[in-house]
Amino acid sequence: MSRELFRFKGGVHPPEHKAESNSRPIHAAPLPKQLVIPLRQHIGNPAKPVVNVGERVLKGQLIGAADGTISAAVHASSSGTVVAIEPRTVPHASGLPDTCIVIDTDGRDEWIAHEPLDYRALPATDLRMKLRDMGLAGLGGAVFPSAVKLDPGPAQACPTLILNGGECEPWITCDDVLMRHHADEILQGAAIMRHLLGSTEILVGIEANKPEAIAAMEAAAANLDFTVEVVAVPSIYPGGGAKQMIETLTGRQVPSGKLSTDIGIQVFNVGTAYALARAVHHGEPMISRLVTVTGHVLRPQNFEVLIGTPMQTLIELAGDRDGTTGILMGGPMMGVPMPNPGVPVVKATNCILVQSRELFPPLPKPLPCIRCTRCADACPAELQPQELFRFAKAGDFGRAQEYHLFDCIECGCCSYVCPSHLPLVDFYRYAKSEIWARERDKRAADLARERHEFRLFRQEREKAEKAAKLAAKAAAKRAELAEGGARPEPAGAAQADGAPAEASDADAKKALIAAALARAQAKKADAAPKNVDRLTPEQQREIEEIEARRAKIRELARKPLATEEDA
Amino acid sequence: MLTAIGVMVLLAIVIGTVLGWSAIRFRVEGNPLAEKIDAILPQTQCGQCGFPGCKPYAEAIAKGEADINQCPPGGEDGVKKLAELLGVEPKPLDETHGAPKPKSVAFIDEQTCIGCTLCIQACPVDAIVGAAKQMHTIIASECTGCELCLPPCPVDCISMVPIAEDLPHWKWKHPVIELKQVA
Repeated sequence: MSRELFRFKGGVHPPEHKAESNSRPIHAAPLPKQLVIPLRQHIGNPAKPVVNVGERVLKGQLIGAADGTISAAVHASSSGTVVAIEPRTVPHASGLPDTCIVIDTDGRDEWIAHEPLDYRALPATDLRMKLRDMGLAGLGGAVFPSAVKLDPGPAQACPTLILNGGECEPWITCDDVLMRHHADEILQGAAIMRHLLGSTEILVGIEANKPEAIAAMEAAAANLDFTVEVVAVPSIYPGGGAKQMIETLTGRQVPSGKLSTDIGIQVFNVGTAYALARAVHHGEPMISRLVTVTGHVLRPQNFEVLIGTPMQTLIELAGDRDGTTGILMGGPMMGVPMPNPGVPVVKATNCILVQSRELFPPLPKPLPCIRCTRCADACPAELQPQELFRFAKAGDFGRAQEYHLFDCIECGCCSYVCPSHLPLVDFYRYAKSEIWARERDKRAADLARERHEFRLFRQEREKAEKAAKLAAKAAAKRAELAEGGARPEPAGAAQADGAPAEASDADAKKALIAAALARAQAKKADAAPKNVDRLTPEQQREIEEIEARRAKIRELARKPLATEEDA
Repeated sequence: MLTAIGVMVLLAIVIGTVLGWSAIRFRVEGNPLAEKIDAILPQTQCGQCGFPGCKPYAEAIAKGEADINQCPPGGEDGVKKLAELLGVEPKPLDETHGAPKPKSVAFIDEQTCIGCTLCIQACPVDAIVGAAKQMHTIIASECTGCELCLPPCPVDCISMVPIAEDLPHWKWKHPVIELKQVA
């Protein structure tokens, strides 16, 4: 099929290293003794645990429910017992722990009852909710919850659907072997996506360095009742990036700060389409994925891996070798170093790349930037990496944002071509997270200001309310007294014709004081010592002593008050 | 001669009227500079600057009654931003107002709390929940870490817990690059 292809700007062509792992068949990784399943495997809110420690779970059972719209559920990858829900080290560049559900497997691998969904009969909203609860998230690397992406939004339709089989990053071959072996199911997934998005044009973009995958997909597409165009695209890194794939296939660019759906295009990884087909046609939630284990291992290959399997197990299966210098999750261009080989495989783990000194020699020491702008030529996002580097390094984040830092896809082309070997992407990541942190602080400060202002307002209001209440009470009392006091002293009230109100006011006050005095005297009388007649002289003396002590204490207690009043 | 004077007087009257009218019509409520300063301050409302809150401090700076280096929670960064806004030289933090501390939130030991409500009255952002003779607790997401609740507590059951770095708040560090020495 011939289709006019477009060339995005920049890009590089690093050595592919695909042949190492794509020739071996897919192996199912054996069931590990323990599964560690992080609750935060996707973008958005982490899942909420819905099981307790000690509970027995079955394969495919929901263990973490989706929390909010942008979230996805997590499921038990095999049957067993939940032994802990605690922070464990997760596959993240920070090496920090995060909440995980730890399951000791029982080896029976017993499925929970599951059945296929009739996606045509279900309303779209219900189907999307079901997919969210089946833990569907993009398997291309960003792990964005798929249910959100399958919503065409207010436009009601997304004319173009692109399945991304680019897999431009060196070393990784999981999408390649998936397309070779499961082309039919990938396209079944595409049919469901088409149903939900109302797409009329379905394209599959595959880099030309995967002829077997292209052939398999074309063969599968020929059996369908709708048209799917399988397009071979040139192998240029990062041609498999969503925005680059869109530009290559359609010649259109996603505007800065917008989504591809705004121009009527939605892109899914082929792995996501496969997982969607498994979920809908078999009722299987996302509990496993294909992982390429390659690099410094004896038998680089692809495994079908249960989510939560420790990476170390897979490296041992592929044959670990001496001289390992580190492990990357992902490829050499965008991969993140793992804190230790024991971290579990998650939905985002497309590749485990074992590094050695021979395969990945340490970079020479960086030299200062000479502003050669080779990075600008290579940048597929059409940015000015040398300027962004300058601003990020100087902490001038405002200027970095003006230069569209957030359009950077962190593909690493700039670092790859930099003759000074500067870790440019690290600077952009630093600047981005610094900007996010500042925005968070700003929001917190705004909240604190608002609450403080409300508190001041509340205090004022309370003061006013109290004063009003007191005034009302005093007025009521006065009125009451004026009524009561008018009867015994009619002469007094009649006397002063000139200022009746004033006089009655003064009288009322006087009466109030008199009443208070009477009350105080009555109280005093009540408190006066009883049972004091017929005392022996000894008792009398004792009483006097106590009284003297009391008087002294009273004196002492009065003193500081007096000084305060003086001051 | 007379015409010239007349024209000038007329002009003066017209311009004066326009200026006078616009002074009333386009009157700015509050002090815009104080608001800009207030936006930079961290809003901890801790009073370490010697003013009862961030806004009074901002107003004092705007009037020139306070220096820009009296806010320890804002840190050197805050001083720099204030200096930039006001067009003055940044200066080191005034240590008499305290030193910057790592961000923390207050934590009430609920076993020890006697429910006296003194901390609730001290909290500038109403981030403590509780009632008389009932246990109190802190709304951690709203606590600014101002430490104003510490002194009034009669049983010393409030402590400041530094905020630990977790996954969603983790930041990429500034890359350390050793530049090659070229002679």
